[in-house]
Amino acid sequence: MDLSVAIGSLTLANPLIAASGCFGYGVEYADVVDLSLLGGVAVKGLFLNEREGHPPPRIVETPAGMLNAIGLQGIGVHRFVREKLPELRDRRAVVIVNICGTTIDEYCEIARILSDHAGVAAIELNISCPNIKEGGITFGCSLTGTHDVVSAVRKVTPLPLIPKLTPNVTDVASFARAAEEAGADAVSLVNTFLAMAIDVHTRRPKLSNIVGGLSGPAIRPIAVRMVYECRQAVKLPILGMGGIATADDVLEFMIAGATAVQIGTANFVDPFLWKKLLDGIRAYMTRHEITRLTELTGTLDTAKRETAWISS
Amino acid sequence: MPIDVEAAVISNTRLSDDYNVVALAAPEVALLARPGQFVMIKPSRGIDPLLRRPFSIFEILRDPGGAPTGISLLNKRIGAGTGLLYDVPSGGRVGCLGPLGRPFEPIESPAEAWMVAGGVGLAPFVTLAEALKARGTKTRLFYGARRAADLTYVELFESMGVEPVLATEDGSRGARGFITAPLDTALAAVPRSHDLRLYACGPTPMMRAVAELAASHGRRCDVSLEQVMGCGLGGCYSCVVLTRTPGTAPHFVRSCIGGPVFDATRILWDALAH
Repeated sequence: MDLSVAIGSLTLANPLIAASGCFGYGVEYADVVDLSLLGGVAVKGLFLNEREGHPPPRIVETPAGMLNAIGLQGIGVHRFVREKLPELRDRRAVVIVNICGTTIDEYCEIARILSDHAGVAAIELNISCPNIKEGGITFGCSLTGTHDVVSAVRKVTPLPLIPKLTPNVTDVASFARAAEEAGADAVSLVNTFLAMAIDVHTRRPKLSNIVGGLSGPAIRPIAVRMVYECRQAVKLPILGMGGIATADDVLEFMIAGATAVQIGTANFVDPFLWKKLLDGIRAYMTRHEITRLTELTGTLDTAKRETAWISS
Repeated sequence: MPIDVEAAVISNTRLSDDYNVVALAAPEVALLARPGQFVMIKPSRGIDPLLRRPFSIFEILRDPGGAPTGISLLNKRIGAGTGLLYDVPSGGRVGCLGPLGRPFEPIESPAEAWMVAGGVGLAPFVTLAEALKARGTKTRLFYGARRAADLTYVELFESMGVEPVLATEDGSRGARGFITAPLDTALAAVPRSHDLRLYACGPTPMMRAVAELAASHGRRCDVSLEQVMGCGLGGCYSCVVLTRTPGTAPHFVRSCIGGPVFDATRILWDALAH
């Protein structure tokens, strides 16, 4: 039974990746998860320098989901390669480094630094964080911005390059296309949905940043649809995410067109879920006589509709 | 290393309309627990509410031979998750991930330990009192609540040799008003040469007041902070507390792994949500 998947030149042992922003720098979870058993670990978004992020409250729970506005608190790329990367390397984690910039030059500088260090498997370009004013999403919400930042970083690193796309646009597929044309190796989608929650008694926002990003099972059907749309638009591998919590959710994203998936919010609820997901995927492969999991990607059968729900 | 168990509910004891104590069969968690640590509880299956909630480990439950069999949680009903835990039936199951967090450091005799609790902030002090008792450290509990009915488990502390000092806002038991008044008086009565450490847990304004009293009397105070937490393991960066270290800019520290116990002089209280 082969669970491996290919993201450009990078082969992952399985399609499960810990999503950036939901897994610290990976080392925080080394006590509860064998990091080498994951397909990959996307570490928390890094700027060139350290950042403190937003004041609390930074999260609030909403129906079947949560809002966050952390504001990309982080240690910066220099401390990351010094303090975290060696341990990740020792633990044989497949490290995908999520990077953020306020300018194209900053993205390039971080990519250059990472390219000089062993143990970085790929770079995920964060052009989609909804919670910071400067940079990031300003690239991700403009087709030319997306193209420019991807092609600039493409020129400075040989590492697989994976722009992470925002769902907060009219047509995500056109952004996937812009990334593909600019030389990306894959795309990650989706980041969180811009959202807000209000305390009606105090009439105050529940987040210090007023607005934040919605994640969790609440967004899953929208994310599946967006992966499906992008699958039609590009040939690039897609790293699908948005509310994945069970093996069926993983399989749903893959059938919609994802080559691999990322898991974020569900890891907060159950940090031990990785083995359960892998077991569930294997059981599915046995039942459906699938020997190579990657063959499942993009196999949505649109000729027929599922009607079982009518009687269920 | 924390573990996750689907713990059976041994009992659910209602203390009042707001407070209850839930006993969980979780010997593995109980065995590992150190004073002041917490667990992340998922009070129901399903996705609404989605996230776990942090709870101090209240008591370590033991069999007659003294072997750990589980833990209990002191719960105050405030929202959806704590409401579910208030109503959880005996025989039900809850997800219990832990133990987590930086524990209290029990001070050694001849120094004295003074624990200062406000309301549900009593929760981390049973395990601390046990550790202090094991070290022969003389211990007092300054314990304040709104009304007499909210002052619970005083006898448990007395049975461990802890001397209680009580206060209620309505004066129905102990001193009338906040617990900080009798604490101030007691601090003033101890000679400087006698070593003493304060441990505080409760509403933020109370902990801040205790921290300021401790500083004015030249005493160290450790506080156990309760923040909104997403994961409990350092993954989400939601439970941060703004701290200071001499010579550096204020810095957000994750209270799940950097705390929940902090030296009170590190806390920038104005930045703490309450």
